[in-house]
Amino acid sequence: MTSPTTTDLVDYDDAVARFDPVLGIEVHVELGTRTKMFDGAPAGFGEEPNTSVTPVSLGLPGSLPVVNGTAVEYAIRIGLALNCEIAQSCRFARKNYFYPDVPKNFQTSQYDEPIAHDGWVDVELEDGTTFRVEIERAHMEEDAGKNTHVGGATGRIHGAEYSLVDYNRAGIPLVEIVTRPITGAGDRAPEVARAYVQTLRDLFRALEVSEARMERGNVRADVNVSLRPTPDSPLGTRTETKNVNSFRSVERAVRYEISRQAAVLDAGGTVVQETRHWHEDTGTTTSGRIKSDAEDYRYFPEPDLVPIAPDRAWVEEIRAALPELPAARRRRLQGEWGYADAEMRDVVNAGAVELIEATTAAGASPTAARKWWMGELARTAKQQEVELADLPITPAQIGQLQGLVDSGRINDKLARQVLEGVLAGEGDPEAVVQARGLEVVSDDGPLLAAIDDALAAQPDIAEKIRGGNLGPVGAIIGAVMKATRGQADAARVRELVLERVQG
Amino acid sequence: MSSLSRDEVARVAGLARIDLTPDEIDRLAGELDVIVEAVARVSEIATPDVPATSHPLPMTNVFRADEPVAPLDRDAVLAAAPAARDGKFLVPQILGEDA
Amino acid sequence: MTNADLTRLSAAQLADRLAAGDVSSVDATQAHLDRIAAVDDAVHAFLHVSAEEALATAREVDDRRARGEEVHALAGVPIAVKDVVVTKGLPTTAGSRILEGWVPPYDATLVERIKAAGLPILGKTNMDEFAMGSSTEHSAYGDTHNPWDLDRIPGGSGGGSAAAVAAYEAPLAIGTDTGGSIRQPAAVTGTVGVKPTYGSVSRYGLIALASSLDQAGPVTRTVLDSALLHELIGGHDPRDSTSIPEPLPSLVEAARAGASGDLTGLRVGIVTELQGEGYQAGVLARFHESLELLQQAGATLVEVSCPHFTYALAAYYLILPAEASSNLAKFDGMRFGLRVEPAQGPATAERVMAATRGQGFGDEVKRRIILGTYALSAGYYDAYYGSAQKVRTLIQRDFAAAFAQADVLVSPTAPTTAFKLGEKLDDPLAMYLNDVATIPANLAGVPGLSLPSGLSDDGLPAGFQILAPAKADDRLYRVGAALEALLEQSWEGPLLAKAPELEVAR
Repeated sequence: MTSPTTTDLVDYDDAVARFDPVLGIEVHVELGTRTKMFDGAPAGFGEEPNTSVTPVSLGLPGSLPVVNGTAVEYAIRIGLALNCEIAQSCRFARKNYFYPDVPKNFQTSQYDEPIAHDGWVDVELEDGTTFRVEIERAHMEEDAGKNTHVGGATGRIHGAEYSLVDYNRAGIPLVEIVTRPITGAGDRAPEVARAYVQTLRDLFRALEVSEARMERGNVRADVNVSLRPTPDSPLGTRTETKNVNSFRSVERAVRYEISRQAAVLDAGGTVVQETRHWHEDTGTTTSGRIKSDAEDYRYFPEPDLVPIAPDRAWVEEIRAALPELPAARRRRLQGEWGYADAEMRDVVNAGAVELIEATTAAGASPTAARKWWMGELARTAKQQEVELADLPITPAQIGQLQGLVDSGRINDKLARQVLEGVLAGEGDPEAVVQARGLEVVSDDGPLLAAIDDALAAQPDIAEKIRGGNLGPVGAIIGAVMKATRGQADAARVRELVLERVQG
Repeated sequence: MSSLSRDEVARVAGLARIDLTPDEIDRLAGELDVIVEAVARVSEIATPDVPATSHPLPMTNVFRADEPVAPLDRDAVLAAAPAARDGKFLVPQILGEDA
Repeated sequence: MTNADLTRLSAAQLADRLAAGDVSSVDATQAHLDRIAAVDDAVHAFLHVSAEEALATAREVDDRRARGEEVHALAGVPIAVKDVVVTKGLPTTAGSRILEGWVPPYDATLVERIKAAGLPILGKTNMDEFAMGSSTEHSAYGDTHNPWDLDRIPGGSGGGSAAAVAAYEAPLAIGTDTGGSIRQPAAVTGTVGVKPTYGSVSRYGLIALASSLDQAGPVTRTVLDSALLHELIGGHDPRDSTSIPEPLPSLVEAARAGASGDLTGLRVGIVTELQGEGYQAGVLARFHESLELLQQAGATLVEVSCPHFTYALAAYYLILPAEASSNLAKFDGMRFGLRVEPAQGPATAERVMAATRGQGFGDEVKRRIILGTYALSAGYYDAYYGSAQKVRTLIQRDFAAAFAQADVLVSPTAPTTAFKLGEKLDDPLAMYLNDVATIPANLAGVPGLSLPSGLSDDGLPAGFQILAPAKADDRLYRVGAALEALLEQSWEGPLLAKAPELEVAR
């Protein structure tokens, strides 16, 4: 069978005009507990390989699991925040399959009795539209170890290809959240997918159940996409795309799959139900293993564990202790800061809410904070292709910087130079001001000297000003600013010029 | 109910990752067929109104505190491994594994 | 007292002597090691003898006693451990090639308790591979021979522990019982074996066969010895989620009380479905004689019917293989144990796993794994595993109803005496029938004890089984001790005294 050298794609806008996309998103979040799901091995990050295993997480003969109570609490928190029902009673089940990174060759998970089910979450899109995503379930399970493939490209010598396995991650607690089919997104499907994953990520952080850094693999998303001719048609065949490691990838992968599947359907073919792999570099998906439905996991209730029946009092305790959730927090902050809807949206979309919050805590006004983060800093971040939060400057430093402007020690132009200095690693704003000598001249003496020089250089301007034409004052101010390398307060210079000329 | 044919035994052996010789498959098909028929009678009395029991003694909510314990010594663990390298378990190449 | 005589003492008697200072643990341990050297070539109860470690423990206990320190009642009494129990630093094979040479990096909880109490561990005993069997013939390391007749099976899966104790190689042993693997060997070797209430002895460190059925328990020559050992190893373990939180009832007290022989007020239920067809005449005869003795001791007898017990074997042979197929998936040559590369073709992980398991597992294990995988597979779950779990409910209800009428239930432990080695190997179903009387207790989680009821017509031992409600293990010991006392009175000594003396190897 010949395979095409490039995959056919239909233009995205064309594809969504003629097909109705339906999504399903599975998000796995690593819980930030101190120990693993079923044993007390420390759940650290980046340890030496195989130094955080016990007989249980290594799946040694004779080992038995015991449930981490904190993980259960975190799972309930997540369920409540997603407006789910918390099960009266739920059980763990064994998902049986052979894979070297699964030490028992079964994963202890939950099957038909998840801890939380039937919920929803409202997702805010960039333009302010809200989209409700229905949650089918959230359940607890354990992570697998990590395989590193070795060898291959250099030719097949016996024994040249193998894998190295590290079980430090085996047994880390995960919660898997599964949506119901996401319908009605239409051409905004990629956006909705991205916003959904972002919303969940923000939720996990607010709930303090996970560090939730997608780039670190704390949050993983698998995206299911299918197309149908119209919203009334039955659901089409879906593919599952894995290895989607950032919000942007979520959006791009959905877009790509829609285009790709449209081309398949246009050509009269059928979409293969399979697992696909997202490639960040090429922006494409490629075929992977056949979709897991074909694999028989032989689920049965985990006999080594007893059911979990969270009593309602405990659930209500957890509910009462839930922190303010991101959406509510954003509304409150918008009110406190006095931002217009569009302004707040921009701030949210730029990921600047926490930064501005911290900056106002450091003393700057909300307006000033927004000016810095959404202005100069946003431009810099874009140029350097990094996130705002990753710039080498802190909200505290911005607060200090704005303080210097507010006190008049520097003006806006100087402030920008100070900012550059901080970003370049020269230290705090105060230190940069001192080192570079960027303070506004507060002594009138040097200003007057500069003014006199400027007036002497352009004598007819003095005449004009005395004659009532104040326009040319700007030229004198400009000359003075130049002479003082910008370190003058323009307003003060103007006062002095007028005094000098008129007085 | 169903008889355990040769093909079925071979399929299940694949699921269970056990290499069987053709002789073994034949023999197992015969033996298991008899056993399956014998045990199939459980479905006679397992009516819908009877609940299933997974655990002999009913218990719920057995948890442990989120407190770390001492992990196993890695050398001891790897010493028992068929193969190891760089502190990791060395296993044969896994089919379909992406780099 | 000679060293040979030391091996004829019960654990309780030996413990008394040790406490009195009449004998040292080193001498007692050495005596048993000598006995092992003398007879184990013929009996083959042991897969591994840990002489050095045992003597080191014995020395330590002697030192502690000499210093006047308080030690456990059983300190210094040697013990053998079934090779399905994980022992740190000692090879643990579960009777399988797939674990040949595996030395665990940790101890089972019950082993930790044994070590903390200072019992020298003589070694690991033989068993059917992964505890699947009723004759120990499925061990990958050769048969164990019944000390009563070396051409006969010692029972299974824990034939090694029972034979060790019957041959005076150890006064105490640990066994595990999933469908009768402690009780049935006890019956055919003329010894005592107890399956505790499910959850009353920790399963942490037991190589799992069927998680919802497995229990570790004592294998001894007397009821009192079993009570002493049961109290040592039992009790809550936070590392086992299915472990019962409450403390054990007083078992030793119950055994001592029972030994008086007075069972006034006790209601004994005879299970209709656990006798009759398939049961050897001599086995039934000894059973009825024991019932008479119970009556004479003041008990009232009542017939109880447990109609769903006839489905117990079928349910068991669905639940066990299903759980076992999953529990045994970890044996794949990747992290420990045997690794076999396929003879030809690429050595991928998948193929190495299949080759390893193909070569490392024996026939019975493969049979049950295939059966279990089938019972769980898509489309079959409800009919097989799902249905079997419902039968379990019905069996529990039968027990509940029966225990409303009686304080204990009784039956012959096994339908026959020890059969000849090789006799039932070609007929798996016939082999499974050995467990027909013991299986119901595992399905329901209730405790059971087997003690010798006498010799059958063929001169071989038969066993009397006592069952009690869950968590009422003390009733087993009270009734067992009483019957034992009465029977030994009639035999003028323990039944084992009638066993032929084993030839001692030069």
